[in-house]
Amino acid sequence: METTTSVEKMDSSFLEEVSKRSGEKLSLCYQCLKCTAGCPTAPYMDIRPNSIIRMIQMGMKREVLESSAIWFCVYCQTCGTRCPNEIHIGVLMDALREMAMEEGVHAKEKNIHLFHEAFIQSVRRGGRAHEVTMLMDYMLRSRDLMKGSLIPGVKLFLKGKFPLLPSFVKGKGEIKRIFEKCTKAK
Amino acid sequence: MKRLGVFICHCGVNIAGTVDVKSVAEKTGRVEDVAHSADYIYMCSEPGQQIIREAIRERGLEGVVVACCSPSMHENTFRKAVKSEGMNPYLCEIANIREQCSWVHQKEKTKATEKAEEIILATLEKVRENEKLEAISVSINRSAGVIGGGIAGMTAALDLAEGGYEVLLIEKEQALGGHMTQLSKTFPDLHPALPDLLAKAREIERHPKIDLHCYSEMEDVKGYVGNFELTIRKKATSVDWGRCNGCGLCIRDCPVEYVSPFERGLGVRKAIDLLYPGSVPQKPVIRRDHCRYFHDGSCRKCEEVCPEKAIRFDQQDERIGKKVGAIVVATGFELYPTEQLGEYGYGEIPDVIDGLALERMFSVDGPTQGRIIRPSDGTVPKEIVFIQCVASRDPDRYMPYCSRICCMYTAKQAKIYKEQVPDGQPYIFYMDIRADAKGYEEFLQKTIEEKGLLYLRGRVSRVFQDDGKVRILGVDTLTGKMVEVAADMVVLATAIVPSQGVKDLASKLRATVDRHGFLTEAHIKLYPVESSTKGIYLAGCGQSPKDISDTVSQASATASKIQALLSTDQLLQDPLIAFVDENICSGCGICVEVCPYEAREMNSRRGISVVHSALCQGCGACIAACPNFACELRNSSSVQTLRMLETFV
Repeated sequence: METTTSVEKMDSSFLEEVSKRSGEKLSLCYQCLKCTAGCPTAPYMDIRPNSIIRMIQMGMKREVLESSAIWFCVYCQTCGTRCPNEIHIGVLMDALREMAMEEGVHAKEKNIHLFHEAFIQSVRRGGRAHEVTMLMDYMLRSRDLMKGSLIPGVKLFLKGKFPLLPSFVKGKGEIKRIFEKCTKAK
Repeated sequence: MKRLGVFICHCGVNIAGTVDVKSVAEKTGRVEDVAHSADYIYMCSEPGQQIIREAIRERGLEGVVVACCSPSMHENTFRKAVKSEGMNPYLCEIANIREQCSWVHQKEKTKATEKAEEIILATLEKVRENEKLEAISVSINRSAGVIGGGIAGMTAALDLAEGGYEVLLIEKEQALGGHMTQLSKTFPDLHPALPDLLAKAREIERHPKIDLHCYSEMEDVKGYVGNFELTIRKKATSVDWGRCNGCGLCIRDCPVEYVSPFERGLGVRKAIDLLYPGSVPQKPVIRRDHCRYFHDGSCRKCEEVCPEKAIRFDQQDERIGKKVGAIVVATGFELYPTEQLGEYGYGEIPDVIDGLALERMFSVDGPTQGRIIRPSDGTVPKEIVFIQCVASRDPDRYMPYCSRICCMYTAKQAKIYKEQVPDGQPYIFYMDIRADAKGYEEFLQKTIEEKGLLYLRGRVSRVFQDDGKVRILGVDTLTGKMVEVAADMVVLATAIVPSQGVKDLASKLRATVDRHGFLTEAHIKLYPVESSTKGIYLAGCGQSPKDISDTVSQASATASKIQALLSTDQLLQDPLIAFVDENICSGCGICVEVCPYEAREMNSRRGISVVHSALCQGCGACIAACPNFACELRNSSSVQTLRMLETFV
């Protein structure tokens, strides 16, 4: 109990904004922790998924948007599939990432959003992620040569998980339209 | 010499897993007068009972010992079984080798087997001397008394009356309805409490089978199941209710106002007034501690204005006697005395109120005509804090139990508040949310979703006044942070405790209460609406905290139990009671003193003490107390007891 949250007038605007952007009914969360229990990345997160929801309810905007947790979510949807109140935390995390970027708030891992951008751009180009070009993109953006990741990278390559040439989906035109629509919506 | 039978039950592995039943059956079979001994996996089952019946028939048994579980489980079963073969049921005895042997000696099988044998041998000694007894038949009064005119008592009374029985309904307040009359809307359907309740009350008021006594208290109870004699004290209302036409002129002209407990201190009543507007019965009472006439005789306004000349300043309390066959105790609850809740600022800070006070604010006929306002300055509270579990679930300082209704009514109150003050913010401090009945969880989740209630999981440490606000220090354990809220108003969900005077009433009824004063039921699962005293039934919050739905269910259950009890003119009672050897009794009267059931009486003409067979419960207190050994218990004589003891030592 280090800090005291002083509530003069409860600021529910953050809760309302996040609920609106994500479309999730965040008030319904009763902290059963099913989401956190099944989340593959929760052990590495600074704030657990259930706590993210609680902090949104409490109006702790800064703490939530500055967290690394929102960038650690890999959108596997385990949480949303299992949540008894139908809260899709993956969708919520996406909304939080967008809000963090708009507000210019960065996580402690300063390059984490660059990785996110490289991923999105890769999908934009081919309709699905192509690891080699995506990592090159990331290295250029971040000037991080990922030396520590060299050995796992080679292992993945040897297993055929890193195809040299990108493969594209058939409906490239549709992918393009999706991206246009999303950017326009903002 | 009687021909006896021994029947040993395995009770699955409960007995046979520890006691060597085969060897016990064999050994007891060798006893001289035991004509038959057998063992079986479940004696209480139909094939098991068949073994007993056949043995009685074929071997001509004259006494039976069934070695099995406690007599409270199956004594009746086996006595019925032997009776069907023409044997007197009191010649059948139970040797308890489960609870008192196999269960407690699971690690000492040899010794347990020996002990089982001895228990059976001792019981055989008893059966040898058992007399043939007949059940005692007692005539009963086929009417019921209901103490308490809240929703529990009203439901029980109406159900019984509809069943065709005469009902005596006693309410200590001047009108029916109990605490439910103070409520605005009820969860989970948000129906207004009063209209449905008053419809029921009016039905009671004019029901030909219900004898309603408001402003009355039970003063004394004598008698026993089927034949209770009640003394009721009808408190002086100072108004002749027979003449009063309910016009209300007396109330209008009464110059005295006092702070009303009904309005939880938020409103006033006149010295002559109704309990609540539109009350049933719609008759006023003069509160003598507030009336000027009774202070110094200076005012007779009500008497002057009454068109029916119904005011009776000289009216006295009246005592009436009534006879009933069964009694429902529906004495209800109170909220925990708030003056003992200093840490929440109650009494010191005017804007700290309890849940019932907020209900009065919500009520359109209440002190604020339904508006939610701060008691201190009359403004609308924009930040409102609800604190749950105040004095509940706190074994160290207050009450250890859960009061069961607070989670739901707090959610309901927060919802009603939010509907009236859409820009207001309710905060709810809680420990756990318990929403365990039909539709409750759904109500709660829907309310939270729609109304944006902020639940803070943690206890409040301090409530204090600061710059016109009420500051609440607490903790939110879900984020692990201390929380400080500057609120306009605080609502405490205080614990439910039994009504005052229940202990006193219970001792008059010879019913028992637990350490908190709640009436105790005969068995928490199997006899939940019966008290441990025959003929006394329990309904509503006097037994334990419960909501309206549960209260109504329990009240109907008591009515149904009583209808079964009163369905015949005669009641059969166990004959295993005390009797007096008239040749030995010296008439010293010690037994009369020690009897807890008032079943012993001196017969002055004959100079001896007699047993009232309908009252005696066979406890044995008089037998132990009698200095001349003149009292004995049927089928538990001193000879039997000594012989049983000899078997063991």
